[in-house]
Amino acid sequence: MAEPKTKYDRQLRIWGELGQSALENASICLLNCGPTGSEALKNLVLGGIGSITIVDGSKVEIGDLGNNFMVDAKSVGQSKAKTVCGFLQEINDAVKANFVEENPDTLISTDPSFFSQFTLVIATQLVEDSMVKLDRICREANVMLVLARSYGLTGFVRICVKEHTAIESKPDHSLDDLRLNNPWPELKRYVESIDLNVEEPAAHKHIPYVVILVKVAEEWAQTHSSNLPSTREEKNEFKDLVKSKMASTDEDNYKEAIVAAFKVFAPRGISQEIQDIIHDSCAEVGSNSSDFWVMVAALKEFISNEGGGEPPLEGSMPDMISSTEHYINLQKIYHSKAEADFLSMEQRVKSILVKVGQDPSSIPKSTIKSFCKNARKLKVCRYQTIEDEFRNPVATELHKYLADEDYSSAIGFYILLRAVDRFAATYKKFPGQFDGSTDDDASQLKTIALSLLSEMGCDGYVLKEELYSEMCRFGAAEIHVVAAFIGGVASQEVIKLITKQFVPMLGTFIFNGIDHKSQSLKL
Amino acid sequence: MADLDVPPQVPQSKTRDLDKLLLRHGNLVDPGFFPGPDLRDDIRDYVRILVVGAGGLGCELLKDLALSGFRNLDVIDMDRIEVTNLNRQFLFRLEDVGKPKAEVAAKRVMERVSGVEIVPHFSRIEDKEIEFYSDFNIIALGLDSIEARKYINGVACGFLEYNEDDTPKRETIKPMVDGGTEGFKGHARVILPGVTPCFECTIYLFPPQVKFPLCTLAETPRNAAHCIEYAHLIQWEAVHHGKTFDPDEPEHMKWVYDEAIRRAELFGIPGVTYSLTQGVVKNIIPAIASTNAIISAACALETLKIVSACSKTLVNYLTYNGGEGLYTEVTKFERDTDCLVCGPGILIELDTSVTLSKFIEMLEDHPKLLLSKASVKHGENTLYMQAPPVLEEFHRPKLSKPLYDLMGRVQKDTIHVFGTALKNNEKESCSTKVRVVFKGADGVTDMDTAIGA
Repeated sequence: MAEPKTKYDRQLRIWGELGQSALENASICLLNCGPTGSEALKNLVLGGIGSITIVDGSKVEIGDLGNNFMVDAKSVGQSKAKTVCGFLQEINDAVKANFVEENPDTLISTDPSFFSQFTLVIATQLVEDSMVKLDRICREANVMLVLARSYGLTGFVRICVKEHTAIESKPDHSLDDLRLNNPWPELKRYVESIDLNVEEPAAHKHIPYVVILVKVAEEWAQTHSSNLPSTREEKNEFKDLVKSKMASTDEDNYKEAIVAAFKVFAPRGISQEIQDIIHDSCAEVGSNSSDFWVMVAALKEFISNEGGGEPPLEGSMPDMISSTEHYINLQKIYHSKAEADFLSMEQRVKSILVKVGQDPSSIPKSTIKSFCKNARKLKVCRYQTIEDEFRNPVATELHKYLADEDYSSAIGFYILLRAVDRFAATYKKFPGQFDGSTDDDASQLKTIALSLLSEMGCDGYVLKEELYSEMCRFGAAEIHVVAAFIGGVASQEVIKLITKQFVPMLGTFIFNGIDHKSQSLKL
Repeated sequence: MADLDVPPQVPQSKTRDLDKLLLRHGNLVDPGFFPGPDLRDDIRDYVRILVVGAGGLGCELLKDLALSGFRNLDVIDMDRIEVTNLNRQFLFRLEDVGKPKAEVAAKRVMERVSGVEIVPHFSRIEDKEIEFYSDFNIIALGLDSIEARKYINGVACGFLEYNEDDTPKRETIKPMVDGGTEGFKGHARVILPGVTPCFECTIYLFPPQVKFPLCTLAETPRNAAHCIEYAHLIQWEAVHHGKTFDPDEPEHMKWVYDEAIRRAELFGIPGVTYSLTQGVVKNIIPAIASTNAIISAACALETLKIVSACSKTLVNYLTYNGGEGLYTEVTKFERDTDCLVCGPGILIELDTSVTLSKFIEMLEDHPKLLLSKASVKHGENTLYMQAPPVLEEFHRPKLSKPLYDLMGRVQKDTIHVFGTALKNNEKESCSTKVRVVFKGADGVTDMDTAIGA
């Protein structure tokens, strides 16, 4: 057995030890192990997911050999669940791999309590009726659910959880937390101790931009009745003022300061998104509140008290041109402010926990610390039930998509993916599933799609005509590469849900394998 | 799936699902789509695909192509399997560590997908003859370096020939599909040389590599990476005098790590770890199975579309970002019509009397070329070589002859020139296409017409 740390090195660099242990403690249930489900699970097994349970009642057919890598010629006629399970076990023996030979639709109807043992269920290739039921079961049992379906050159992925909260949302681009627009006393004191007019050239060109900008902002405020630059002219003037402090044109630290000047002009305080979170009704905490919302309640108090409108300081600095000494000193100043903010947050968390009757030490220090560090990047994602979406889709969005040419394929496939299930319920086959009847099937599919639109209150809208025949051409085929794409997307979303890192997708992702202009529909 | 009545008389076929795309007519397809069993069988029997790289993307690509109706695949990779590959390169097992990736990957896919033939090449891409690459209908790239992409791009674009009206000759287009991933993000693109932009046309899409100024490393280190790079780039050489640093040698890595720790302590810098040391020194790009699967699937689907026209083609660049929610975008990048790699070449008009040596001088003065010490090739025929001396001497007598004669008295044709060019004040070796048109030679090339009239 290889040192697991080495084997997982390339992913530990993304989600760290905590993310990895969340994966290793998760148990996943897969419904239907065709290529979509098998591929989704394969990606998770490689990454060291704790356990998998495959539910599929079918036997391996010859047709499966052409679209599923997890079955082979030897396994024709045998249980598909068992065969796929065997292959997955082979690629990572650290994973506990189980299978249940049963039809998922039957299981959903007859044994809903089966699902409560899992962290998350990946349900693939289910028809509408089963999806609605399973969503209800999983929400009730507090089990996360990811739906995925491949259908010809289209398909979808949809997350079904009541609420997902992420502390480590890890955005690609986020503004660093330097507080150049609102320096605290210790930072100001350090800046004051440094002379911008130092004679020695080497010293002058190693003053970090944090110091330069706080100093120039101070100077600006003195001549502008304590305000910072706000108009375009003022901002340019400010940059000129920074420039005027250069001793020679090759001083890269001053060039960095001019580029970073916008950090002085940035608005103080918190973003609208964080405003919304602290004013969310869940932030009114009680004995059942999750750790996340307890910490949000503490954050709300912090911001309006010792924070003076600001969240706890993140405490880290980007690299910048500087002497080692200045840089390390500044780092210490940022770090100790972050530490002080953390300590007051910790006190607030504890007293809130006491107030609502929870154990005051129930939230680990490390979690509170991470929450403070990421307080500006918190994410809350909510997903309405499949039933509600199907019965009452968000009308404004629906009309927008139907009217917008850019969304015509995505909304078309969204409607048609539902229409094919109604077609199948009536005709006991999917449109175009068998050769020879595709033209008739297309016109029947169109009738069903138009009546679906009418039920959704969208009379008068039509779908692109060529989509009906295209959907019949697909004939419910599960094409391997489409399944690999959709299964891949599903597994990526599962990782985000389980590690609680990054931000899971919102809405329904409609795959478009024709021109790759896939879209997420927020209905 | 709901209980559906499958008529028992329908015979089962391995191509059950794929047949829906390849045997049925569609109206969201590319021009030139002729559905039917012949299309399916031709793809199976006659199309040859080369997969470059048998790593995270390459393993997926081989599986995806084998399950997309292709039966004749080759794979080339110079690497051997490492433990850190196992979190995503699903064709490899712990007991395979140390074996050539291409060989194991080919074997595993052939074991599972009956009928598929995969020829592995445990080799550097540069070590293959150019002709090797011309045998394939499409080249699928699963690479992690810009250099390797540039190399294959140069080879594929080298096959391209242009018609007189500057449109590419269809039969000389060697399509490439390319994928790349980093963490939760990735891209897939289709390159039809002469039609869509090649790597060089859009070289700006590759982010510049982070390099620290030496004075920062030596004088003002501020973070852990600075300490590591100091140990790696400066101290190693100072202590080991000429012994090459090998990032795959654990002893070497440990030495760099220890030195970096010492330096970090000296300056009071936190954060040096062994893992970070490896990351910085080897420039490790984090990689996960799901993203590789997504990107490879997109590439394989495009490969199938290019050969079959069974659907629209990606035009021409897909971005996938799964970090913050899920975001995909298709961008139509434009060709650089002056591209020296995929363009028709730089047009030079000459009198029929211009000698080869005069022509070589002209290359030096040409504002778009500034090419000195040029060697010249016309198709397979070498006209002049600067080195080695024995070959130079062999070709030297031709210098005083007219280029027109040396090129077989054609009115116009493409020649390749190699030499050193000045780019951003630095000398670089450079290879370029030049289209030579001879003024006043119309009468000769129009001979056929003249006779006909």
